[in-house]
Amino acid sequence: MMSDKPYKIVIGLETHVQLLTETKLFCRCQNRFGGSPNTQTCPVCIGLPGTLPVMNRKAFQFSLITAIALNCEVPKFTKWDRKSYYYPDLPKGYQISQYDLPMSQNGWLEISDPQENFEPKRVGIIRAHLEEDAGKSMHDEFTGKADSRIDLNRTGTPLLEIVSCPEMYSSLEAKTYLTELKLLLTYLEVSDCNMQEGSLRVDANINLHVDTPQGRVATPIVEVKNMNSFRAVERALDYEAQRQYSEWQEAGKKLGDVPKQTRGWDDGAQVTRAQRSKEESSDYRYFPDPDLVPVIVEPEEVEQVRQSLGELPAVLRKRLQTDYSIKPYDANVTVNQGPKFAEYFIRLAETCGDPQQASNWMQQEVLRTLNEEAWTVDEFPVTSDELSQLLQAVQKGDIDRSRAREVFREMTIQGSTFQQAMQSLGIEQVDQSALLQLCELLLDEFPQIVADVKAGKQQALGRIIGEAKKRNPNVNPGQFRQLCLDLIEQK
Amino acid sequence: MADLTDYTAVKLLSLLQAGEVTSTELTKAYLDRIETCDQKIGSFLRADPEESLEHAAAMDRRRKAGEAPGPLAGLPVALKDNLCTRGQTTTCGSRMLKNFKPPYDATVVEKLREAGAVPLGKTNLDEFAMGGSTENSALGETRNPWNTNCIPGGSSGGAATCIASGMSPLSIGSDTGGSIRQPAAFCGVVGLKPTYGRVSRLGLVAFASSLDQIGPLARTAEDAALLLEVIAGHDARDSTSLDQTVPRYRSVLQQPLAGLKLGVVEEHFGEGLDAEVESAVRESIRVYQELGAKITPVSLPHSEYAIATYYVIAPCEASSNLARYDGVHYGYRTDENVLHATLKQQRAKLSAAGNEQALNDLDSPLVRMYRQTRAEGFGAEVKRRIMLGTYALSAGYYEAYYLKALKVRRLIRQDYDEAFRDVDLVIGPVTPTPAFPRGSKIDDPLAMYLGDLYTVSANLAGVPAISVPCGFSNAGLPIGLQLQGPPLSEDRLLQAAHWFQKETTWHQRRPALN
Repeated sequence: MMSDKPYKIVIGLETHVQLLTETKLFCRCQNRFGGSPNTQTCPVCIGLPGTLPVMNRKAFQFSLITAIALNCEVPKFTKWDRKSYYYPDLPKGYQISQYDLPMSQNGWLEISDPQENFEPKRVGIIRAHLEEDAGKSMHDEFTGKADSRIDLNRTGTPLLEIVSCPEMYSSLEAKTYLTELKLLLTYLEVSDCNMQEGSLRVDANINLHVDTPQGRVATPIVEVKNMNSFRAVERALDYEAQRQYSEWQEAGKKLGDVPKQTRGWDDGAQVTRAQRSKEESSDYRYFPDPDLVPVIVEPEEVEQVRQSLGELPAVLRKRLQTDYSIKPYDANVTVNQGPKFAEYFIRLAETCGDPQQASNWMQQEVLRTLNEEAWTVDEFPVTSDELSQLLQAVQKGDIDRSRAREVFREMTIQGSTFQQAMQSLGIEQVDQSALLQLCELLLDEFPQIVADVKAGKQQALGRIIGEAKKRNPNVNPGQFRQLCLDLIEQK
Repeated sequence: MADLTDYTAVKLLSLLQAGEVTSTELTKAYLDRIETCDQKIGSFLRADPEESLEHAAAMDRRRKAGEAPGPLAGLPVALKDNLCTRGQTTTCGSRMLKNFKPPYDATVVEKLREAGAVPLGKTNLDEFAMGGSTENSALGETRNPWNTNCIPGGSSGGAATCIASGMSPLSIGSDTGGSIRQPAAFCGVVGLKPTYGRVSRLGLVAFASSLDQIGPLARTAEDAALLLEVIAGHDARDSTSLDQTVPRYRSVLQQPLAGLKLGVVEEHFGEGLDAEVESAVRESIRVYQELGAKITPVSLPHSEYAIATYYVIAPCEASSNLARYDGVHYGYRTDENVLHATLKQQRAKLSAAGNEQALNDLDSPLVRMYRQTRAEGFGAEVKRRIMLGTYALSAGYYEAYYLKALKVRRLIRQDYDEAFRDVDLVIGPVTPTPAFPRGSKIDDPLAMYLGDLYTVSANLAGVPAISVPCGFSNAGLPIGLQLQGPPLSEDRLLQAAHWFQKETTWHQRRPALN
C-alpha cells in the first residue's frame, strides 16, 4: 500500500480513555458527563487547602483489566506522581499521574484489515497509566474581553493513558488500531469511548522515513491534536504525511534539526495548523505524591483478572468462524458491532439452527434497522427468540422471504412477537392438510395444466399458484409449487 | 476558687465533671485572660468569644441533662490557624488566605467537636508553618511570655504561648520539622509530635505532606495525653493515616517507669549546643536515673545530614503543595485593573521603542496574574522555600537533590531502627539554645534553619517525639528536653514525660505577665 510512495509513514498514538466509574479518581464526586458547570465538585477535586486524595479502587481495577487485555506487563509496585504546571483548569497546580513506574507496560494490540490492505500485525503498547483529568476552560473570545470560564466537573475524573509504539505505517493502520482499541474497551465495559463527549481522545505522533540516495532519513516528529473522530484521525494523518513530504522536499529538515512541533487538525479546512510552540520545553517537575501510598499488585490478582476477562474481540472472531462456520468477513462485522450484537447473533444462530441464515439476517435486516432507527442493540425491540421463530418459519417454508421481511418490519415497528405480527398481517401458517386439500382441488379444476406439466411444461404451474394465492394469501408459492409437482407425479 | 486558668486540663475536667465549675465559667475565665494578656503576647489571630460561649453553654446544658457529652466536654481548646474550620477564616498566617473560609472541618476539628471541646480561637503561626520564630506570620506578632523581646519559637508560636500564658489549657499545633516541640521548649510547655500517620492530616493545610503531623500542646504530659487520645486514630480520608487502635494514653501514664532504657544521643551533645541547655538536659538524665531508668549512649550517625536532607525534601513538597495558591479559584488575587493598566503601559512603551522581542516576551495577562498574585500574596520565607523546592525538583537537579535526600532520609530512619533495638527511647535537647531575641535571625535563614538540628530527624524518620520543660537559663528562659521513641510509642513518651514532671516543677512556673 505504501510502496508507491518514496517514503514510509511512521505513526504512534497516545489515547486518553475516560473510565466508566461511578465516582472520580481521588474523591467521591460523581463521574458523569454533562451537568451544569461546577456542580459535580467537592473540596478535594477543586484542590482546596488541606484536602487529601484517596484512590478509587474501581478505577484502578478498570485500568488493570484494560492493561491485561492489552497484553501488558503489570509490575508489582506502582506509584503516583505529581505533574506540575499552571493552568486555570488545574486547581491544584499539579495533576496526579504516573511517571517512571506506570501501572502497566510492554503490551500489544493485534490489528487486521478485512480488505487485507495490510498484513495482520501486533502494535506494541509502550505503557498504560492512570491519571486524573483536568477541568475544562471555555474561552469566550468574541466579547473582546477574552473572558474565560472554568468548569471543574471533569476535574479528577479517571483517565487511562495508552501509549502505542510508533509502529503504524499508514493512516488506515492507525484508524484500525483505534477502532480495535475502542472495540476492546467496549467489550471490557471500562469506557463508553464517546469521542464527542471526550471520553476517548487521541493525539498522534507522525513523521516520515524518506528514502534518499544516502539511505533512509527520518523527518522531524510532529504531534497532531484536536482530532474529534476516527475519520478525522485518518484524514489528518494523510494530510500531515503529504505536508511533511512537501516540507522535506523544500527544507530538508531531519529529525533532531528542529524541536518537536505540535499541530492542530482543522476539520473545517481539512488541514493541520501549527500551534503556538512553547518557547522552552516544559519541565513538569515530576515527583512522587506524598499524599498517596504506592499500589501493590500481587501476581495472583493479575492472574485473577486475566481469568475473568471474558471473550475478547480477537478470540470471539475466531470462535464465530469455527463454531458457526461463518465467513471471516461476517465474523468481523458481527464482532465489530460490539458485544451485545455478537451475543444476539450467537443466541439467534443457536436457536434457529442455521448460523449463516442468522448472520445474513443480522447483517442485513437487523443492522439496517438499527442504523435507520439509531437504536442500540439494547433498544432493539425484537428479542432473538422471536426473531428465531421467524427464521425457522422461513426455513420450514411456512413463509417466503419477502413476506418474512414484512413480518420483521411489523415486529420492529410494533414491538410485537412473531405470532402477533403474523396475525396482524393476516398471515396464518397454512397447515399441511389444508394445503394438500387446496392443491388437489385446483389440480382437479385445471386438468389441462396437469397435462402440460406432465408434458414437461412446468411453467404452466404459475396459473395454479396464482389461483392458490388468491384463495389463500398465506400460501407459500415455492412450497405450493413443489406440492403440485409431487401430486402430479403420483397421478 | 483559685484562678481557673492556672489549672491543668485534667484538673479542670474533674471540676467540670464534679459540677464545681461550669464550662461557661471556665471559658469566660480564659476569654478574660485572653482579653488582658493577648495584646502583649499575640497568641491568637482570632477569637470569637460569642461562639466559644455558645459552645460552652451547650456543653453545660448537656451535662446538666445528664448526657455524657464527650471526653473533653466543656474544655477550651485553641487551634493553630492552619487547621480548617468550616465557615471560619483559616489563614495559615498568610496574606494569600487572609479571607479564606474553608467549607469543611479538619478531621481533628471534627473529633474535637465530637469530644465536646470548646473552640477558643485560632492561633498565630509562621506563614504556612514555615519558620521557627512566628516572625514569618503576615498577620500578627507573637512574643515569648517569658521575655517579650524574645521570639516564642515556631511555627506553632501561638499554640505554645497561649498555653504558657494561661490563655488556653490545651492547644493543637502542627510539626513538620519541630514546629510543635521547639516553641514548646521555648515557652516552657509540653508539646508532642506523634508518629507520622497517627493523627489524620485531613484539613491541615499542607506544608510538606510526608513530614507534617498534628499534635497536642499543654502544660503537662497528662493533659497532652488527654488531648492526643481524642485526636488520634485512623481516617479513611487520609491515605497516609495509620489503621491502628488508639491506646488509653492516660491510663498508661500511671504505670511506673521501672526498667526504662534511655539512650543518650551522642551526636546531640556536640558543637553548637548551648552550655546552659546541655547542663539542664544532663541534669534531666540524672532525674531519669533516679527514677530507675537505665541510661546508655546511642548513636544516630546520620544526624549531621538531617538539616540538609530536611531542607531539600520539605521545600520540594512545599513548592508543589503551594502551587494551588494562584489567584484563580480562591484566596488572594492581585488587583486586575492595575495589572491590565500596567501591561497596557508596558506594551505601549515597547511597541513605541520597536522592541519586538521584548513585546513577544511580555507576560500574557494570565501569566502576569499568576506572577503578581504570588509575589504579593506570599512572604519572603515562603517564597524562598518555593524557589528552593522548584529548583531541586527541576530536570537535571532532581537526582542530585531530591532523590539523594530521599536516600539519606532512609538512612536516618535506619539509624533510629538501630537505636531502638537497644533502647526504648532516646533523650536529648530540643533546641541548641533557648529562645533568641526577636529580629536576631530573621535575615539569616541559615542560622534559623540550624536551630532545627535536633528536631527534624523525628519528622524525616516519622517517629514520635515530645518536648518537656526541663529547666531555665540564667536569663529566665525555658529549656526543653526531647524524648523520641519508635513508631507508635506515644504512650511510652507520655509516660516518661509524666514521671519526669512528677519529679520536677519546671512546668509549674508561670511567666510574670501582669
